[in-house]
Amino acid sequence: MAIEVLLVEDNPGDVRLTQEAFLDANPSVHLHIASDGVEAMAFLRREGSHTKDPRPDLILLDLNLPKMDGREVLAQIKKDESLKTIPTVILTTSDAEGDIAKSYQLQANCYLTKPVQLNAFEALVKSINDFWLTKARLPQSR
Amino acid sequence: MPLEVLVVEDSSGDIRLTREAFRDVNPFIHLEVAHDGVEAMAFLRRQGAHLHAPRPDLILLDLNLPKMDGRQVLAMIKDDDSLKTIPTVILTSSEAEADVLKSYQLQANCYLSKPMHFEAFHGLVKSINDFWLTKVKLPQNEQGDAPELSIHTGPERSPKKSLGTKSLGTRRNNESDRRKRNGH
Repeated sequence: MAIEVLLVEDNPGDVRLTQEAFLDANPSVHLHIASDGVEAMAFLRREGSHTKDPRPDLILLDLNLPKMDGREVLAQIKKDESLKTIPTVILTTSDAEGDIAKSYQLQANCYLTKPVQLNAFEALVKSINDFWLTKARLPQSR
Repeated sequence: MPLEVLVVEDSSGDIRLTREAFRDVNPFIHLEVAHDGVEAMAFLRRQGAHLHAPRPDLILLDLNLPKMDGRQVLAMIKDDDSLKTIPTVILTSSEAEADVLKSYQLQANCYLSKPMHFEAFHGLVKSINDFWLTKVKLPQNEQGDAPELSIHTGPERSPKKSLGTKSLGTRRNNESDRRKRNGH
């Protein structure tokens, strides 16, 4: 059964690395990309060109995004009764203590920093797959 | 450096298995145990006998507990501005879809079901350690009002370990500087 993952990321290099790493780690993952915060919210609310898009089982959210910041996207997801149950993992280059604290205050499910090295990045994607998509129980998609 | 993990669990068998599994996978973890929901909240709020309790870095919370239910403990943690940032992982034998959904509605950070077999349980504790206590960035533990000397007066602690806790921030800041990348 396909697992739907929404990656909210503006950096095309990071998008490509994440796609490749998931292809290796778990071929049943369908990775959807939103390249800014406004597109992410349209995807989640199935607005505009996203009316037929699936509800994601997991969201990977960068913090620094064009149009609408990742912090604002996170706040909107966790304020929305129908979206708040989707586990939302922050995946960002920032490891500023302020960003970590703020993300947990906004009820991010967890916070991960992108490693600089390619093999460490691949290992992190594998960890996300092993933990969130294998061990963790996710709410059933409605 | 020690990490404080609060296990809220009433089954003494499960407590023992969790303790043994953590001892195997990561000896730097201080496991604290609360046996019911009321004790868990007293521990987190440093009330009564828990005046000098450390603030946990991670909470493992069972759902079916005496005195106060795990769902209510979760709701109280996530409703409290000073406690809500502590990652709270549901670890329960319940597989019910309604419990999974309700827990995520109450903003549990994640939901895990306890496997029946010992090896699988051990494997799950290892996963919790490898993911939550190794890969994940946890919010910096503001020990708050508890003075440094009295934090570690429990029977299992040594003064050496409290120095470890204190250096946590410095280590993370150095790491932060090293990891800055262009463009972000």
